[in-house]
Amino acid sequence: MMSAYIDFVRIRFLMMLAYRVNYYSGIIIYAINIGAYYFLWQAIYGDQETLAGFTVTQMTTYVAVSWMARAFYFNNLDREIANEIRDGSVAVQLIRPYSYLLVKMMQGFGEGLFRMLLFMIPGMIIVCLIFPVTLPTDPTTWLIYLVMLFFSFLINSQINILTGLFAFFVENNEGMMRMKRVMVDLFSGVVVPIAFFPGWLSAVMQWLPFQAITYLPSSVFTGRTPGSEALHVFGVQVLWFAALLVPIWLTWRAARKRLFVQGG
Amino acid sequence: MNQMLAIDVKDLRKQFKVQKNREGLSGALKDLFKREYNEVTAVKDISFQIPQGEICGYIGENGAGKSTTIKMLTGILVPTSGDIKVNGYVPYKDREKFVNGIGVVFGQRSQLWWDIGVIESFQLLRKVYRVSEQDFRKRLNELVERLQLSDLLNRPVRKLSLGQRMRCELVASLLHNPLILFLDEPTIGLDIVVKTEIRDFLMQMNREQGTTILLTTHDLQDIEALCSRVIMLDDGRIIYDGNLEELKTRWSKGREIQFQFASQTPLAKLQQLTDTLDVTWTLENEVTAKMWLPHAVSVSDALARVVGGADIRDIKIIETNTDDIVRGIYQTGSAATSKETATS
Repeated sequence: MMSAYIDFVRIRFLMMLAYRVNYYSGIIIYAINIGAYYFLWQAIYGDQETLAGFTVTQMTTYVAVSWMARAFYFNNLDREIANEIRDGSVAVQLIRPYSYLLVKMMQGFGEGLFRMLLFMIPGMIIVCLIFPVTLPTDPTTWLIYLVMLFFSFLINSQINILTGLFAFFVENNEGMMRMKRVMVDLFSGVVVPIAFFPGWLSAVMQWLPFQAITYLPSSVFTGRTPGSEALHVFGVQVLWFAALLVPIWLTWRAARKRLFVQGG
Repeated sequence: MNQMLAIDVKDLRKQFKVQKNREGLSGALKDLFKREYNEVTAVKDISFQIPQGEICGYIGENGAGKSTTIKMLTGILVPTSGDIKVNGYVPYKDREKFVNGIGVVFGQRSQLWWDIGVIESFQLLRKVYRVSEQDFRKRLNELVERLQLSDLLNRPVRKLSLGQRMRCELVASLLHNPLILFLDEPTIGLDIVVKTEIRDFLMQMNREQGTTILLTTHDLQDIEALCSRVIMLDDGRIIYDGNLEELKTRWSKGREIQFQFASQTPLAKLQQLTDTLDVTWTLENEVTAKMWLPHAVSVSDALARVVGGADIRDIKIIETNTDDIVRGIYQTGSAATSKETATS
């Protein structure tokens, strides 16, 4: 059975590979984004050495690493699930002896692997050539970050799955999906690190899963969060991963009861 | 529990909540704050049992509740109330274990993966259903040969014609050798050659392997060719459950006899010949006429009258075909007779 799940990863990877040309332009768009934020932060810093605990170099690295992490963990599982619910093809998924949501997760991972190899890594190389990004030299930091990145993917996908599943309960969850996208980008710290948020908002963020997607791992990678606290950060990620399983399971169970297959 | 039953359904009911959209801007605003729902009962307390090895047709108008029943039987939908046992499982409870023993084909929905080749889809299903490579090869070879698919195996699914795709869907649903096969409008949109091929194939499989088949269809020829039994649904209730012959005799109101005469025969003369009988004549052309007689009138009686009064060249007795009968039942709604048949 596990080999079937791995096959879903493989097939999605190969399918993405078939459409790889779409992603070449993505690399350029991400590079432009990183560039825009780089110059913006340069202007904001002006003569100051540090802001909210970030040095200019740390900030540049933070921006580059966060965007490139996004290149990896981003996926459209919410849209895929919502579409399958809306056009009724979720029915076909339910006659298979597998877990629909796990299959979705696997497909998302196949996409993630593709994005990492053909989007994130080449993108990162290009960005490092253009901007003064300083990457850590300690291999353990890299290793820890890689594991954290995987959890970024898991948590982001879980939020996507949860958003997608709302299509069972409302006729159109397009607005919700858009809102989620903006919320994840903003609250995960891709656009602005959470340390820059007003006090009350960053306090609220402590209790939301979004920071575990980008802000916390990127802070570890850029060295802003000392290595000794890395384990604590990782613990937060694992906790959110486990916590998010609960609403997904409940939503799925409720959805199964009220599922109503469109188109007869 | 009776081991011989493939499907056992008791007082099965499914209700849906359907959002009511109120009219106009004010209606839309009201909907925003307080949604109103209509409760729709698609399946109303139906009961039936299907023994192993039977091919059963499940028919009814659009919206009669056929697909909803199939979706409950396959574990996709959770019933509102009632009991279902399929293959010894309660479908929606042990879904992942249960679906290993069933095959499903939705005529209007592909279950193959659109972007990958047919054979890759089959390989993926092999892993999903945990079929051993050896069994898979054996089974695939049989099916491919029987349904003539060898040329299609390496093509991507999206490049197949409907007939080709449908045959592949059948193979996909049978690779794990299910005990029960559910077919939801399997022949919709197919040409007569492919239809016949699929019917023959299903017949053979039922005969050789004893696969239980439940199929919904709008094509009554599927039913006539395959089914020893039909269940007819109307507005969520079973209005007939029995064999097809009985359905025909019970619901057909009469038959038609077509005469070809040696010479021109006016309508008035024919009507005069049979004036004491309750029959109706229609003239096709100068030498051909059709007599419609209800079951109450015996064929020999009517024939004797006509034979005695006219020079007949040819006679053809036309049984009302199933389509007409079923159309008749749908149109009348047949509420009056439904009570007694439902309990029989």
